[in-house]
Amino acid sequence: MLWEAKNDMAQDNVVATAVALHSHRPGGLLPLLHEIQDRLGYVPRESVPQIATAMHLSIAEVHGVVSFYHHFRQAPPGRHVLRVCLAEACRSMGSPQLLAHAREVLGVGLHETTKDGALTLEPVYCLGNCACSPAVMVDTDLVGRVDAQRLDAIVEQCRGTA
Amino acid sequence: MTIRVFVARDSCAISVGAQSVSDAIVKEAAQRRTPVELVRTGSRGLLWLEPLVEVQTADGRVAYGPVRPQDLSGLFASDFLHGGRHPLGHGLTERIPYLAKQERRTFARVGLVDPLSLEDYRGHGGYEGLHRALDLEPAAAVQTLIDSGLRGRGGAAFPTGIKWKTVLDQASLPKYVVCNADEGDSGTFSDRMIMEGDPFVLIEGMSIAGVTVGATRGYIYVRSEYPAAEATLARAIEIARAAAYLGEDVLGTGRQFDLEVRRGAGAYICGEETSLLESLEGKRGMVRFRPPLPAVQGLFGRPTIVNNVITFASVPTIFADGAQAYRDFGMGRSRGTLPFQLAGNIRHGGLVEKAFGLTLRELLYDFGGGAASGRPIRAVQVGGPLGAYLPEAQFDTPLDYEAFAAIGAMIGHGGIVAFDDRADLAQMARYAMEFCAIESCGKCTPCRIGSTRGVEVIDRIIARQNPQANVDLLRDLCDTMIAGSLCALGGMAPFPVLSVLNHFPEDFGLARLPELKSE
Repeated sequence: MLWEAKNDMAQDNVVATAVALHSHRPGGLLPLLHEIQDRLGYVPRESVPQIATAMHLSIAEVHGVVSFYHHFRQAPPGRHVLRVCLAEACRSMGSPQLLAHAREVLGVGLHETTKDGALTLEPVYCLGNCACSPAVMVDTDLVGRVDAQRLDAIVEQCRGTA
Repeated sequence: MTIRVFVARDSCAISVGAQSVSDAIVKEAAQRRTPVELVRTGSRGLLWLEPLVEVQTADGRVAYGPVRPQDLSGLFASDFLHGGRHPLGHGLTERIPYLAKQERRTFARVGLVDPLSLEDYRGHGGYEGLHRALDLEPAAAVQTLIDSGLRGRGGAAFPTGIKWKTVLDQASLPKYVVCNADEGDSGTFSDRMIMEGDPFVLIEGMSIAGVTVGATRGYIYVRSEYPAAEATLARAIEIARAAAYLGEDVLGTGRQFDLEVRRGAGAYICGEETSLLESLEGKRGMVRFRPPLPAVQGLFGRPTIVNNVITFASVPTIFADGAQAYRDFGMGRSRGTLPFQLAGNIRHGGLVEKAFGLTLRELLYDFGGGAASGRPIRAVQVGGPLGAYLPEAQFDTPLDYEAFAAIGAMIGHGGIVAFDDRADLAQMARYAMEFCAIESCGKCTPCRIGSTRGVEVIDRIIARQNPQANVDLLRDLCDTMIAGSLCALGGMAPFPVLSVLNHFPEDFGLARLPELKSE
């Protein structure tokens, strides 16, 4: 798992730290949001007013940035995030079938988390591994030449780990 | 003597097992009490051979690949540490035709050096360009770049020297240098390979830009899908700063230039330069109207050079070896080399740096070896998701910006994605519109609404609902998007769609147009 399991107080600490580190930097909002998501796995809605105040922005402006970018999540993901590349090069090597397999094995659709909380399935449009298609990313680990068997092994591993 | 063994740390190599191979080499060598020095490099770009293991011999490096951990005991038994024969062996790396036929200038060091070794970098010609640039008057430095004929490698192919000159001529301070490392086009990975395999060349190129135009700060905007590139760059910047290549007093010249890495957040549109600048400023990645050009009013409203990774990475060699040496490569107005990327359904996928002017067919077959599936290559998308799908009849087009523009296609960032004869191009056309709908920034109507309507119209054509009327409507919609969109996303997303209508109408269940048969 990439992020720390959190209670409310720890969550407040993460947000306060991110604000302290980045709010004074020119164009610091994206680094600030990354800092929070890297540690919590998402950007909690309740942190938006605090961020807005620190950055001298409106709540709407911060929410607008969080919701514009595909990377930022507004709800906690599963313990791991599996991103399946759906861009052209991976399509040429059967990524739609790989995605169908993933959905079947996991019992979820895109942007959904498995019932056991192990995995969130997400689409991604190019991982820069286009000569070893199809590619997926597990948390921050890139995996190439993925077939159904390899995907099963990844899922198995994710289910067995925190 | 300790034998040097090379395994890539490039994330593509890691993605197919290079880390476990590297671990297995260390373990096997320890068990056999054979001392080896394992060096982690960038990738050679022979990606179908990854994980590739190279061994230093008196004659040069000998290559083995693709290696699995379980192959190691056999390789040791075959004395691969002295270049011994083995079924996975390919002989001297430099003589593998795929590599031997290339003209590597921008990628000269990638795969050879330890990416984070400044000694390695300097030992292979690194920082000669910056030293030359520091000796030149800014106007002369810009002229060098203009003379080289270098054009922006991100896709738009705008003359780099002219852009730099515009920024140099601005009186407003501070000025910025921004590197567009938001390599979102499917089929492209050359930026990633440079950032992971030779980060100093990018830092040097940006430093040359900074000292030339009088910019004091630079940003590298790396996409969030590239965590390894981001980490490598951040470390390389620290190393360069510690050696006074960056900072308040670059190499004791009194000139100031420093760099920072910024992470994107999964928005394809942020590869468009004005949208990228908005994102760097901490805003939604909405495209800006222009004028003003970013060179006049860019980041935080200041004069800004925005160039792609490969553009900056091509600059040091131009200054080190001279404009003419670079200009000597290429054809027409496309000068120098381009690192092409062979991807998708291709047998020998990888990075091929060649002078402009070779044909698509040479790349696909002489280098690529045809489709990975062994079936015929039916279509090729060049230049990313906004590039046209080309039929075999167009495979002899020379790779030259103007020649591609003449057939309604583009070279873009040099990504080439092959599809075999099982590809359903109607679905790919649909995907082009769907992708545009997902990634549109929403600022202009043709792109925001047009892409969604495009998906719907294509669905109706695929479902054979009133096909001719819907094809007319789709062409009309494409015209509107091309003519009316604010940037290339909405303005070019119709190109793959139109190319499928024109060259592969049968995938839509339509008859071929008679005038296109003769093409």
